[in-house]
Amino acid sequence: MIRIEKLHKSYPIGKDSLHVLKGIDLHIKEGEFVSIMGSSGSGKSTLLNIVGLLDIHDEGDYYLNGQLIKDLNEKKAAILRNKFLGFVFQSFNLISYKTALENVALPLYYKGMNRKERLKVAMDYLDKVGLKDWASHLPSELSGGQKQRVAIARALVTNPKVVLADEPTGALDTTTTDSVMDLLKDINDEGMTVFVITHEEEVAEQTKRIVRLRDGVIISDTLTKAAKAL
Amino acid sequence: MKFLFDSDTWQEIYGSIRKNKVRTGITIIGVLWGIFLLVVLLGAARGLENSFNKAFGNFATNSVFVWTQSTDTPFKGFQKGRRFRLNMKDIQVLKSEYADQIKLLAPRNQTMNLIIKDFKSGSFKVSGDFPVLDQIQKKKLIYGRFLNQNDINSSAKVTVISEDIYKQLFEKDKMPIGESIKINNINYKVIGVYEPSNTIDFDGDTAYIPFSTFKKVYNTANNIDWMMITANEGIDIEQMESDVLLTLKNLHKVHPEDERAFGSVNLGKEIAKFTGFLTGMQFLTWFVGIATLIAGVFAIGNILLITVKERTKEIGIRRALGATPKSIRQQIILESVFLTTVAGMIGIILGATVLKIIDTLFGQGVDATLVNPTVNIPIILTAFTTLVILGTLIGLIPAHMATIVKPIEALREE
Repeated sequence: MIRIEKLHKSYPIGKDSLHVLKGIDLHIKEGEFVSIMGSSGSGKSTLLNIVGLLDIHDEGDYYLNGQLIKDLNEKKAAILRNKFLGFVFQSFNLISYKTALENVALPLYYKGMNRKERLKVAMDYLDKVGLKDWASHLPSELSGGQKQRVAIARALVTNPKVVLADEPTGALDTTTTDSVMDLLKDINDEGMTVFVITHEEEVAEQTKRIVRLRDGVIISDTLTKAAKAL
Repeated sequence: MKFLFDSDTWQEIYGSIRKNKVRTGITIIGVLWGIFLLVVLLGAARGLENSFNKAFGNFATNSVFVWTQSTDTPFKGFQKGRRFRLNMKDIQVLKSEYADQIKLLAPRNQTMNLIIKDFKSGSFKVSGDFPVLDQIQKKKLIYGRFLNQNDINSSAKVTVISEDIYKQLFEKDKMPIGESIKINNINYKVIGVYEPSNTIDFDGDTAYIPFSTFKKVYNTANNIDWMMITANEGIDIEQMESDVLLTLKNLHKVHPEDERAFGSVNLGKEIAKFTGFLTGMQFLTWFVGIATLIAGVFAIGNILLITVKERTKEIGIRRALGATPKSIRQQIILESVFLTTVAGMIGIILGATVLKIIDTLFGQGVDATLVNPTVNIPIILTAFTTLVILGTLIGLIPAHMATIVKPIEALREE
C-alpha cells in the first residue's frame, strides 16, 4: 500500500539546511496498523506529511497504492488525497461553523457527490462512530473525544486506502484515548490500513507494528504483542 | 460555469458569510455607499438639469434683449452721459438689415398703472405689445385669446391679464372675458387671462394691451423701451448681438466702443454658462461616485485578504480533505462577486428610494428645484457590471494568496 525507498527530506533554515529524513525505507501493506514513534524532532511528522501528500520529498521513491508519487502539482495532490487518504489530526481540525454532519460530508463535496447523497453517507459514518445524535451540533458543542470521532468519521467517509492519524490522542485524556484507539482498531479490523504517529507508548502498544524513528532514521521496526496474539 | 448553479457552492458561501456577519456587513456598506452616492448624485444632477430645462422650456433660448442706458464716451459733438431712446425706426432698420438672421422681433413699452374693477383695484405692470410676443414668450391662456393683429390695427382698448390680476380684481367664479376694467382711468375689455409662467418670466403680473393702443394712450410717439430679438436656427447669436448693437450705435450716433449706451442680455450665452456648470457638475458626480465605488471594492478586497489570512487553517483543512486550489479560488472570488453584487443591488435600491423621497419633497409643484430626479437604466447597468467585474478582479488577489500557502503550512498555523 505504502512503499518508501531511500527517502530524504531537508528543510532550508536560513543559509543552512536541516536534514530531517535521512534515507527512510518503509513498506506498509494493505490492512496494517502501524505506529510511528519518536521524540519531537525525530522526523515523524515530516514523514507523515510526505506520506499524506501534504509535503514533497527531496530524494528517494514513494509509491502510494502502487503509483509513483512524483512531480505532483497541487491539483493532482488534492485529488489523490481525496481519493486515497483520510486525515485525523491532533487538534481535530474541524471547521468551526459547520455542524458535525457537514464536517463529515465535506470530503464528499470535494469528490463531487451531491448534497443529499453526501449527507446520507456522512450520517452512516457518524452512526458508525456513535455520534448520530450529535449530527447537528457544532464542534464547539462537542467534547474532545467526540470531536476526534467526528474527525475519524470524516477521514473514513471517502472510503480511503489509508487513514493517517497525527497524534490522534495527543489532546485527549486517558479514557477518551482508549475509546478513540478502540475505534481505530475497529476500523483496522475491517481491513483499513491505519498509520498512526504518536509519542505515547500506550498508544503505540495498541497498534500492530511499531516503527521507531530517531534523528531521521528508522532504529527499530517490530510487531507488537497485540499483533503476535493474533 | 457549472459550479455557479451548484447549490453546494452557495451553501459554502452562505456558511462563510454567516460565520463572519460583522465583516460581511462592513464590507457591504463600503460598496453600498459608493453606488448609493453615484445613484443619488446622478439623479440629483439630472433633476437639476430637468428643472433647468423646464425653466427655459417655453422661452426661446436664442434670444437677445436690448435696451438703452446712457453713453459713456463723447461722440460726434455729444457729451458723454447722453440719454436717448430706441424707436420704431430702429426696428424697421434691424428688420430689413438682418432679415435673414432675425426670426422674431418684439418692440415693447411698459409702465406701472393702477387697474380698477368695480370697487377693487391694484397697481400692475401694463405692457404695450405685438402679438409676436406670444411666440417668443409662450403664454398659456386660461380664458380667451392673446392680442392679435386686428387689435393692433384698430388700436383696440382690449387687454390680456394674468390670473393673479383676475383673482385680485374679480369676484370669485365671475367670467372675466368681455368684462371691462379701468387702466389709468380708461376702460379696457378683457379678452384673455393667462396662467402665471412657472418658468423664467420677465414680465410677472402684467396687463398686455396692443402696442398701438399703448402708443396713443401714453403718448409714446415712436419711442420704445426695449426689444426682444430671437435668431433663426443656426445663427451665431453672439455675433448677431454684437452686429445689432453696432447698427444701433450707428443709428443713434453712439461711439462704436461705447460700453454703456446699450444694455443687452443674451439668453443663449447665459444658458450656455449654466449648461457648462451642469456638465461640470455631472463630471464631478461621476468622478466622486466612481472613486467611492472603487474605494468600496478595494475595501472588499482588503477584507477578503484579511479573511483569507484568518482562514488559512480552514483552507489548509479543506485542502487536506481534497479541495483543489481551483475550488478554493472559485469560492473566494465568488464570495467577492456575491458581496459586491448584493451590496450593489442594495445600494441601487436605497439610492432609488432616496431619489423617490427627493422627488416627493422637492420635485413637485411649479417651482420644483429638482424635477424628476432619475438615473438612466443603462447607466445603472454599466455601473453595476463594472462593480461586478471589479469585484471579480479584486477577489483574485485574496484567492491567489489563499492558494500559494502550502496546505502543510496552513495546517501548522495555530
